[in-house]
Amino acid sequence: MSDSEVAMDVEIPSDVKYIEGVIELATRKCRELSIPPRKCSLNVRVALAEALSNAILRGNGDAAHKHVRIKATVSDAAVVFDVTDEGPGFDLGADRPDPTSPENLMQEDGRGLFLMQRLMDRVERFQSDGNVVRLTLNRE
Amino acid sequence: MSFSISKQGEVVVVDVEGQLIVGNRQELKQKVLDELEKGEKKFLIDFSQTGYIDSSGLGVLVSLSKKIREQGGELRLANLNDDLQTLFELTKLDTLFQISETRERALESF
Repeated sequence: MSDSEVAMDVEIPSDVKYIEGVIELATRKCRELSIPPRKCSLNVRVALAEALSNAILRGNGDAAHKHVRIKATVSDAAVVFDVTDEGPGFDLGADRPDPTSPENLMQEDGRGLFLMQRLMDRVERFQSDGNVVRLTLNRE
Repeated sequence: MSFSISKQGEVVVVDVEGQLIVGNRQELKQKVLDELEKGEKKFLIDFSQTGYIDSSGLGVLVSLSKKIREQGGELRLANLNDDLQTLFELTKLDTLFQISETRERALESF
């Protein structure tokens, strides 16, 4: 793997009102790195919004005293976002209903992880000083 | 980010300015439900000033669509940019909603 550098490293209180600011910062960094505009405006914004809301509401259980850390590292090949919460994590490989199947289209929930996986080149979850969801987006 | 509501003929038009995400989805839902409770039946949500929508925003649109239909009404969408169009296609919600390219076409379609 080529050398990578940290492009962004922020920690926010566990409150959904901070999501929009983080997304704007990440989008700006994305554009500065000359990543294709569509990937910045769609893939990064939506997938990162999903990871952040998941970390705040599910990982941290919407507890305002907890925190979420967002770290982005960049290499020649990819940009990697690590979203870390204080929760126990979840099983990324668990069997989940397909939100696009006709019987699930009218469901209000169940599209978050689906969107992350569709909009990113790789989604991983592991423990490292917290529960980390890692989103990898290839630059090209 | 905010939502503005106006009336064009019999249609309640909601403009989504900014993002439709987990932090503000309830505000949109309540505004539309308030109009529904007043007896309004035709709703158009215009996304010409919208940046992005997350899964909870999509979920609110699905929920509103169900509630409006239950009351004998209709919900239509207009002005999705390329990113939003892709989002609706990825989730196949483009098959659930009637989506128009412009506000005028959407208003004519009721």
